[in-house]
Order: sequence, then structure tokens, then C-alpha cells
Amino acid sequence: MVDQLDTPVRSDIPAPKTKPRRSPDSTAGLLAKILLLGLTDAFAVYVLMALFMNEKWTILAVATAVTVLINWIYLRRGGLPAKYLAPGVLFLLVFQVFVVVYSGYIAFTNYGDGHNSTKDDAISSISMSAQKRIPDSPAYQVSVVEKGDVLSLLVTDPDGGVRIGTTGEPLADVDGAELGSTGKAVGAEGYRTLTFNELLGAQQEITAIQVPLGEDLDEGILQTADGSNAYVFKPVLVYDEAADTFTDTESGAVYTDGGEGSFITADGERLATGWKVGVGFENFERAFTDPDLRGPLVSVILWTFAFALGSVLLCFGLGLFLALTFNHPNLRGKKIYRTVMILPYAFPAFLAGLVWSGMLNQEFGFINASLFGGADIPWLTDPWLAKFSVLLVNTWLGFPYMFLVCTGALQSLPEDVNEAARMDGASAWRIFRSIKLPLLLVSTAPLLISTFAFNFNNFNVIFMLTGGGPRFSDTNMDIGATDLLITLVYKVAFGQGSGRDYGLASALAVIIFIIVAVISAVSFRQTKALEEVNS
Amino acid sequence: MKVHTTGTTAPRRRALALGAVSVTAALVLSACGGGDAADNADSTDLASAGATTLTMWVDAERSPALTEVTAQFKEDTGIEIKLVTKDFEQVSDDFITQVPTGKGPDLIVGPHDWLGKFVLNGVVAPIELGDKAADFQESAVSAMTYEGSTYGVPYSIENIGLLRNTDLVPEPATTMDEVIANGQDAVATKGAEFPFLVGMDPKQGDPYHLYPLQTSMGVPVFGTDEDGGYDATKLELGSENGAAFAAKLKEWGESGAGILNSNISADIAKEKFNAGASPYFLTGPWNVPLAEEAGINVAVDPLPTTGDQPAQPFVGVNGFFISSKSQNSLAATEFALNYLTTEAVQDAMFEGGGRPPALTASFDKAAADPIVAAFGEIGANGVPMPAIPEMEAVWADWGGTELALIKGQGDPAESWATMVSNIEAKIAK
Repeated sequence: MVDQLDTPVRSDIPAPKTKPRRSPDSTAGLLAKILLLGLTDAFAVYVLMALFMNEKWTILAVATAVTVLINWIYLRRGGLPAKYLAPGVLFLLVFQVFVVVYSGYIAFTNYGDGHNSTKDDAISSISMSAQKRIPDSPAYQVSVVEKGDVLSLLVTDPDGGVRIGTTGEPLADVDGAELGSTGKAVGAEGYRTLTFNELLGAQQEITAIQVPLGEDLDEGILQTADGSNAYVFKPVLVYDEAADTFTDTESGAVYTDGGEGSFITADGERLATGWKVGVGFENFERAFTDPDLRGPLVSVILWTFAFALGSVLLCFGLGLFLALTFNHPNLRGKKIYRTVMILPYAFPAFLAGLVWSGMLNQEFGFINASLFGGADIPWLTDPWLAKFSVLLVNTWLGFPYMFLVCTGALQSLPEDVNEAARMDGASAWRIFRSIKLPLLLVSTAPLLISTFAFNFNNFNVIFMLTGGGPRFSDTNMDIGATDLLITLVYKVAFGQGSGRDYGLASALAVIIFIIVAVISAVSFRQTKALEEVNS
Repeated sequence: MKVHTTGTTAPRRRALALGAVSVTAALVLSACGGGDAADNADSTDLASAGATTLTMWVDAERSPALTEVTAQFKEDTGIEIKLVTKDFEQVSDDFITQVPTGKGPDLIVGPHDWLGKFVLNGVVAPIELGDKAADFQESAVSAMTYEGSTYGVPYSIENIGLLRNTDLVPEPATTMDEVIANGQDAVATKGAEFPFLVGMDPKQGDPYHLYPLQTSMGVPVFGTDEDGGYDATKLELGSENGAAFAAKLKEWGESGAGILNSNISADIAKEKFNAGASPYFLTGPWNVPLAEEAGINVAVDPLPTTGDQPAQPFVGVNGFFISSKSQNSLAATEFALNYLTTEAVQDAMFEGGGRPPALTASFDKAAADPIVAAFGEIGANGVPMPAIPEMEAVWADWGGTELALIKGQGDPAESWATMVSNIEAKIAK
């Protein structure tokens, strides 16, 4: 990045003498510069401090470098291109590069359901869930009292006895207990009772108090979650910090860190809550070796290409045809027609998918019931018809865009070329094929490529219209005839039983990214040839 | 419209560029810092940080019912509860991803079947209801219990029942065969269009609504362990009566009697029932108000049986959960245990959402309405929807197989067996 910004640029452009407009050196410009840079820096300092407190050293270093760089770019004289480039480059880094790099990183982890956070989180959450109330044990009323810095629980037994205890010190008798109106002990000699607000101030410490019921830990531990009631708990799993293991208090089974982001016994018994770890190429391997995926993957890839290509051709064909028609100089009411044509474009795609899904209902849908006089055509449930329906709806959704683009491009074509051709006696078709279309393609080809890329990943239409169905019968997975790669990723990663698997999803997404990137690169190279028509 | 536009349009004024940079810089910095830098575990004790706010994620429907109790809580304790309205479809996923970052809410409202995933990801804290547990309907508390620990404060229970248009069929029936006979009679003599309605997804089927018919033939999804929780290793779908139920589906389906029609989506079913086109509609309490508004005389019948077992619907329990990383767990527990469990709140939640309350006292009041009472009675006979994460492996195959059978495709015994082995394979993964 620095290299790019650092390129020597002629900096000292003499200021134009004619108009004292708001140049960089005018007072207002300078003030605006100071103000905005000040705001940026203030925010940066806040973020840097937060990062420092949380000891995120790498990110801190990067953030500091970025802040310094921004200041350097805007404070020094000259370097105009850098000043214009900086925002663009930063946006690119944040919205493109960061996302791609982060997805790439996730693809090499086991991030997903059950592997959601750090190991510390997993340990604390397992310990928390492992505390089970001893069945039918009584509830104790408690008050939180303080002596010195130590918080203790003043406990009133269900039968009225009052005792006190704190973490590590079992319940013991207490002197001078002061009882409230309900018979609950609210104070004791030598102790200060915490008010409700003080309780709120010390929430973490209070919920962490664990008072042993007696000398024998097996009797259980008193714990309170609200500062006024306590229950007897006994852990079913105990964490041993030194050995980094959980032990089952009943069976004695020992769960150790298996290296794959969860605690596991020697016989493969696993604690459900795990944490995120790197897994290398495992996710990519699964994408290519899972027997349930391999088979359908080929037909899904073929259909994805067919769908994306078909969508582009149909949308472009229809859009171009209509654009040509409505571009005829003698046509009246062009504006109205054009407005009507653009309507589908104004529809949100997922909504349109749902509406069409209703209209294509085999028995009650508008298409069968009204247009085909009550015919029984399985639009969405026959594999080939479903494919056809998906293409049809996507064309309906997509042609207005192409219509707009083509209309614009047509109108910018020079009229004299047309006329010259006509003078030479060329037919309308010949003019279209040899002059208009090539000129049109120069400007629309990049859009066709991006439309292809978009439809390659057109999740909305498929998901809302057919849900990927009808299902293939030769796989265990919920994959069907109209599934694109992207819906397949969604289903495989988020709906197949083992819960969501962001790692696998990212790995598949990276694969799709590579496919689309390669196609786009090749196509853009090809379109260069088109541009030569122009020069 | 010019098609070729390049990205490098130079802003006219320096100020603009600078503005863009400051925004971008902010984004870069926050994006860098966002991921895992928010773990500010030691800075949010209420008193020390001066913060007196709890955050609670709710959906739009429930938010109004809670404003009063949050105001009361603020008056009593000085703690404000910020109700953040979230999209229901997104909220559980957001909760799972945000709690570990420390940015999640302190409390969340949701159905109990999210629980398994929450526990698997370690994002909810257990909550001990203590004596209060006895004030709730038993099924509500058991639904909130997962692997022996209770995790939520329940507030409503919902399940499906059989709506009957009393103008078309005056008397209740007890078995599915009688229901079908009555329905066909209504079609033949009273101008009804469909003997029986149930909303299906034309692409995925609807095992949820058909479940009582299945259980009455003795085919639950999962068996239970000694604590009464579902046991993922005991997939009961494959029990011997499964094939019999599959055969029934085909018999009722489009190639048979036409009682079940995969093209009738939930919307179409509702529309047809409200138009008086069918005497029966297998659905939940949420569709009753609209039917009554449409002028249908609705009665709620017990679910009809097919086999010799009781017809048990899935019971869904909604409740409040506390985040495992809440920095204000004591305040959140105080609010959940002592405020959300009151009769007034449970009454208000019922008035707001129309779902039968989980608190027995509130339910008894609500049951003055015969519709609520009828659904409640059916629910008392139901089983909690499995909250175990393995349930996710079941839905797609289960629905797909039922759909195929209803469409008249495949051999019942064979496709049911394939479904069972597919699900078993997925769970084993």
C-alpha cells in the first residue's frame, strides 16, 4: 500500500491566480482539514486504547500504522494523488480484502456450532452448566454481608437457623443475627449488609461465591444468582486447571483437550461445548471427498453454469430486443412502455420469488388455474420444469436491467454510422449485426460478465422459488435439481444435522470465489478484443 | 445513461475527500478491532462503570407487552432495560455469534427449541427457578430444562389443535377416520370444497402439523433417556409402526383419498377455511382470530387419533434466557425471576401475543376463553418439541419423505426406511 501511495508526484502545482476558490490552503479548507483529521484521530486514539487494554498487539500495531499513515498523507504538502487514493484503498481493504482474507482464515478453522468461541469461554460455560442443583434440596434465603474486603453469605435455613459462610469456608454459626420481618436474617454482628445497589455493583463477585455446605464437599455448594436466594449445587464435572482436564464426578471419566477444539475421553466421549481451532485443509478435503457431496456436486456445478449463462443470455436477449423496439423513432408513448418495462426491476428479488412460487402452485397457482385453464402442470416439482421455471422467473426479474442498459447504450451510438450504412444499402438486420451489436457489446460486455457472476451466486431466486428442489434421490443430503453452488453451500454448511459449520461454508465459498474469479478474468481478457473495434 | 464508468471520480473539494477518509479510517479501525477486541470483561460492573442498563432482545410482537414491566423494574431498582427489537428469523444466530464477543444482550426472548444450540455453543446461563417452578405448568418447565439444568423462564405454551367449522360439522369426532368421513360428508352434502385442511409447504412438506397423527400410531421422533430428556441415539422414527404411518400418508395423499394435498400451502389453507370451504383445519391458535373475524363459528377439537395411542402434538414453549457472558447476571436474574414470573406480566404477554400463558395462575384466567382452554387441554397431552441439536438433521428428510408419499410417489415402507437410515447417518456424523 505504501509503495502505491508513495509514488513521486509533482507536488508543487502553482496555485491558480484567477479564482481564490476554496483551495487546500484557504482558511476554511484548512479548518475543515484540521477538524476532520482531529475527529479521525480522536476516534483512532479511542480504538487504540481499547485495543491496548485488551492486549490485542497485532491489531494494535496495524491500527497504529494506519493512523500514522493517514496523518502523514493529509498533513504533508503535496502528494495529491495519495490523498485521493487513500479513501478508495482503505475501502478496498475493509470491504474486499479483509472479507476475503477473513473468509479464507475461517476456511481453515472448525468455527461453527459447538466451536463458537475461545477455550476459556468453553471451560467457563461447561463449568457453569455442570453445576446441577441437588434434587429436592431446599432453597435458602440469603443476604450478602461484608467484613473487611470479604463478601459472605448470611444464610437462613428453611427451618429458621442462621449461619454464615464464604468461598472455601463452610457454613458456621453466627453471633447476633438480626432477623427481618419475614424471619430472614438481614444482618449480623461485625458484618455490614450490602444494599441492593451495592449488590448490583458487585455482581460478578457475588455470583462467584461458593459456600461449602459442610466440610465434606460432597454435601454440595451454596450459590446464589440473585443475592437473595441460594440453592445447593453439586458439579457433575470438575475442571482441573493444572492438568487441563474435566473429571466426571460420578463415573470418574476424564475429559482431556483432544487437540480438535473439544474435551474428549479416551473412548471418544466428547463434551458438547468446544472452541475454535485451526484444522488445516480438513474442510477443503471434506468438500471433495464426502461421498454424499461428490456425486451431486458435478450436476450442481453443471446446472450452476447453465443457469448463470442462460440467465445472462435470456435477460440480455429480451432486454436488447425490447430496447431496440422501444428505441424506434416513430414509436409513440415510449415513456409509458419503458416505465412499465422497468417495473419488475423495482421488485425485491426474494419477494418476487415468493410471489412467483405462489403463482406457480400446481393446483391453486394463477398460471395453472387461469392461464392454462386448470391444467395440472408441476412447475416447481418436476426437475426439468423446475429448472425452466427458475430461469423464467429470473429472466422476468433481470431483463429490465438489461433493457435499461441497452437503451442507454443504443442512445449513445452515433447516428451517422447508421445513416452511412443505410446509404450503402445495408438491411436493418445487417446494420444491427455488423454495426450496432458490436458497438453495444463494447460497453455492455463487462456488465454481462458481472451479471454472470451475480447469477452464479443468485441465492434469492433459488431459495425463495424452489428451495433447490425437487430433491435428488441419490444422495443423503438435502440437495436438489435447481440447487446452485451457493444454495448447496448454504444447505451443506447450515442445515445438515451437525449444526452450522462456518469453516466448511467458508471453504466452499473460497472454492466458488476461485471459480468465479477465473471465469471473470478470462472473460475480461476476451472482451479486450471487442474494444479493439472501437479504436 | 453512460455505461462505462470508472471508479476514480475525483471529489471537487478536499473536505469531501477528508470526510471520506475519516469515515474509512473509522471503519478500518473498528473492523480491525471489532472481531475479538470487545471482550471488556472487567469494565462493566454496574456501579463501578456507572452503567445501569440491561439489554434484552425481543421480537416486534412481544416488545409492547414488556414495556410496562421494564418501567416498573426501573422504578424499583434504577436499572433500565433496553428492549432491542430484532428480526425473529435472525435473532438466535445473532445471539450465538455475538455473545462470545461480549456484544450480545443480557437477556433474550425465544422458543425453547433454540436451547440445545445455545447450550452447545455455551451462550446461555442456567437459571434456578426454585419454588417458582411449581407455579408454572409442568410441560413449560420441562421444556426449558436441558440435560438436567433449567435455562429459561417460560411465559407461553403453544401447540396445534383441530379447528372445526361448527356450521359444517356440528359434533366433534375422535378418530381421524371419523374426521375424514364427516369431512367427505360435508363436501357431498353441504357444499364444502375440501374434507380436511392442513397447511403444507409444497416443497418441504410439514411434519410439524402431521406429528399428532404420527404419534397416535406410536411413532415419536426420538426416545427419551432416564431423565425424560430426548435421547439422540434413540431414533424412534424407525420403529415398526413407521411404515404403517407412511402407508397411511400415501392412502390419504393425492394418489389416494386426497385428504392431504401438498399444493395447499399454509396461506391457501387459511384462506379456504376462512371462506368456509372446509369443515376442518389442523392448525395453531394463531389462525383462530382471523377465522372468527371471517365469520366462521370455530370450535377447537382434541386432535384425532389414527392408531391406538394418544395424538400428541409438539408443544413449543417461549421463554426468557440469560446470556452466559452477561456482566449483569445478578440484575438479569433478579428481573427474570422476580419480575417476569409475575401474574401481571404473564397476563400482559398473553394479551399482547395471544399465546396461552405458562404461569398456571395466568393460564387459568386466560382459560375463561374456551378456545384457549381447548388448546391448553390439547397441549397438556403434548410433548415438548425436541431441543437437541440433532433435531436439525431430521426435518429435511422427514418433510421430504412425507411430501413424496403425499404426492403418491414411492413405496411407503421403502421410502420410510431410506429416510430413517439417512437421518441416522446424519446424526452419526
